[in-house]
Amino acid sequence: MSGSTSATAAPERRLPGNLQTNPRLSKWLRFRPDGFVEISPGKVEIGQGILTTLTQIAADELDVGLERVRVLTAKTTYSPNEGVTSGSLSVQDSGMALRYACAEARAIFLAAAAERLGIGVGALEVADGTIEGPGNARTSYWELAEEELLDRDATGTVPPKAPARRKLAGRSIARIDAPAKICGMPAFVQDLALPDMLHGRVLKPPRPEARLTALDEAAARACPGVVAVVRDGSFAGVVAQTLESARAGLEQLRRGATWDGGAPLPDEANLRSWLKVQPVETTEVSAKGDLASGGAARTVRREYSRPFLSHASMAPSCAIAQWTDGGLRVWTHTQGIFNLRADLAIVLSMPAEKIIVEHHEGAGCYGQNGADDVALDAVLLAKSAGGRPVRLEWSREDELCTGPVGAAMAIDISADLDAGGEVIGWRHDVWSNGHVSRPGRAKIPTLAAASQLARPFERFISVNPPLAGGGGAERNSVPGYNFPAWRITSHRLLTMPIRTSSLRTLGGFANVFAIESFVDELASLRGEDPLDYRLRHLPDKRARAVLETAADCAGWRSWQKREGFGHGLAFARYKGFGAYCAVVSEVEGEADIRVRRLVIAVDVGEAINPDGVANQIEGGAIQATSWTLKEAVRFDRSSITSIDFASYPILRFSEVPTVEVTVMPRADEPPLGAGEAALGPTGAAIANAVFDALGTRVRDLPITRERIIGSMA
Amino acid sequence: MTTTVTLRVNGSERHIEADPATPLLDVLRTRLGLVGARFGCGRNQCGACHVLVDGYAVASCDTPLWAAEGKEVVTVEGLGTPEKPHPLQAAFIAEQALQCGYCIPGILISAAALLKRQPNPQETEVRAALDRNLCRCGAHNRIVRAVLRAAKEMQPA
Repeated sequence: MSGSTSATAAPERRLPGNLQTNPRLSKWLRFRPDGFVEISPGKVEIGQGILTTLTQIAADELDVGLERVRVLTAKTTYSPNEGVTSGSLSVQDSGMALRYACAEARAIFLAAAAERLGIGVGALEVADGTIEGPGNARTSYWELAEEELLDRDATGTVPPKAPARRKLAGRSIARIDAPAKICGMPAFVQDLALPDMLHGRVLKPPRPEARLTALDEAAARACPGVVAVVRDGSFAGVVAQTLESARAGLEQLRRGATWDGGAPLPDEANLRSWLKVQPVETTEVSAKGDLASGGAARTVRREYSRPFLSHASMAPSCAIAQWTDGGLRVWTHTQGIFNLRADLAIVLSMPAEKIIVEHHEGAGCYGQNGADDVALDAVLLAKSAGGRPVRLEWSREDELCTGPVGAAMAIDISADLDAGGEVIGWRHDVWSNGHVSRPGRAKIPTLAAASQLARPFERFISVNPPLAGGGGAERNSVPGYNFPAWRITSHRLLTMPIRTSSLRTLGGFANVFAIESFVDELASLRGEDPLDYRLRHLPDKRARAVLETAADCAGWRSWQKREGFGHGLAFARYKGFGAYCAVVSEVEGEADIRVRRLVIAVDVGEAINPDGVANQIEGGAIQATSWTLKEAVRFDRSSITSIDFASYPILRFSEVPTVEVTVMPRADEPPLGAGEAALGPTGAAIANAVFDALGTRVRDLPITRERIIGSMA
Repeated sequence: MTTTVTLRVNGSERHIEADPATPLLDVLRTRLGLVGARFGCGRNQCGACHVLVDGYAVASCDTPLWAAEGKEVVTVEGLGTPEKPHPLQAAFIAEQALQCGYCIPGILISAAALLKRQPNPQETEVRAALDRNLCRCGAHNRIVRAVLRAAKEMQPA
């Protein structure tokens, strides 16, 4: 056995998943003499169950029981930098890295055991970490743990188990974190209580970009329990002994604050038109065939939109920050510890190495909520705390009004049809703010408070990530159908009165809603069944399989038309290269629509944990039902008026449809991610079912009573 | 404004020195270390902070401490533990009725209050009883199945 591999022995081929960027095996796993293996993924638990999935993968490749695997929470001091936990990529990026890392670790330990036992590797077997050979020859991972065998770079040359030999991956293992969470044990960053911890509150501007021109700090400082009043430009807050005294101090601060200026908000009633007249950066997303060809018997054009959407995570964002002699510590539910650290370093003008960012779970996370912003807020407050940790939990109003929201979008689609109603040309234009303002990627910080400081940073205007990774506003704007010619164009707004960043599926939800609504309409114009129409235009077998499966499970072809009921279907392959998902929706109603049933088929490739996949798909479908029927961020010309769950209602238990999910068995295919696949098809399937029930199409979300009545006019 | 307020929490008598206007939720979480009830909205709109007060599911975020004086408060920790879960908690684990789990303690409390007054509920009754609780991850149907399963298992043999 040689020692560690030198840096010059770089692998010749691309390593699987995030092993490519983090090849050192010991970054991913370490054996412990007391009979445990520690895994340390850089991806984080955001309610999706990823830590259970990664535990299954590791235990399977290493041939150990699940209970021998301990997962370390992500921390900048030891975790591999896996970027952001987003985009339904954790199983591909982290899971596949871990699978190959564990396969290689197993081989390295078998080789070491063979040498120690004087037996050929081929004669050794691993059972729950014990390595056994003929006779009584035996050792274990745990006995060999201290030999530092994993301080070397992965080669990626040890193949993981063949699908048929996997014992744990592919099974619906119960969530490892379920019992503690169900019994109310401390589980979230909100539950952390550090010694000497203080509580903070921050003063949020009444409108975007308003400046704080005067502040009565003395009155707040005089409140019992208030330890410090903090002000830096237009950023202000209090630090206090208790939650209550922090609230009281903030109330005093609010009364003594004078704000000036601020950017006006758009006219909520004309959002679609507003989106189309802003300064934009226009990009051609995809072009195919000859659009200019004559021969179109007619051209059909439709306009769609969706409003700004809130994350409305069940917990407002929270972070704890502590300045120490050596630097700064931050406890946070960010999706990207290294990304947050990079932006904090810019804002604070300090080396990133002096900042330790440690992940602790927050409530369910569906994209970039206030997690990163609240961390900077807490850091700024903690500057005045004399080295004590400061816990800052935003109010619900802070979360809804100042956290990033999902971008409003306007989409125009037009199709040139031949005499038979077949598409010969297709144009899709999308207008939207950018869908990403994640920290750690730009030269300027994206964190909210950074533009409020006395020496402010430029306010970051959201961008769209490259299409190769799925894109932002343009995500899923390229149809999966074999139309002969198209041009897809994205117009990114260069103004951003309402701050936007990533919300589950980015542009995918609205683009699929638009495309699948439009395709339904084209089928209807031809008098063709919407299922048949789609099957006829989908060359991909896996795409057709999910559509046929969902339709069969729903009894699509035996549907009996009844007054006041409708059914609809929709399909999308997430990002164009991710999971395939088809949804059949059944709705009831005249003006108030109730979704009764969603029948879904999904193909995520290999499903490591089929029940985990089903849970993600159910959850995505229910969240999309909420978006489709109920949700819109409300605002007037000066501020967001959706300040709580009364003014931003979401779907309730009594409104939730039954959801039936079929996970296609595809153990031999690479895993594709499940978190976002269901949302677009669900929204479109509901809209199509509403048309089937009422004969009217609502093209501006959400599908409310007012919109339905409006569409009939 | 500090006074002593006496109440029973999960079966034990507790004397709390505090401003009686302090939200019960703050007292539970920061004074008693019972973090199972969680802050979601502060306005009795989401149910994440539900606790039983004399058997009724109550939002502890907008219940002042004084209103719990002399009352019996039960939090999710008082229902059961991972080692000895309440039948509702066991059913939630069996049905994998969670995603992030943040809303679950409040939902368990609402469900416990329901099963106390209606030990054999229909599905629509479960949904109605949980309508004050929000879940953003979309675990609703698993949760309803879990409550129905617990009701069945809690029936006298």
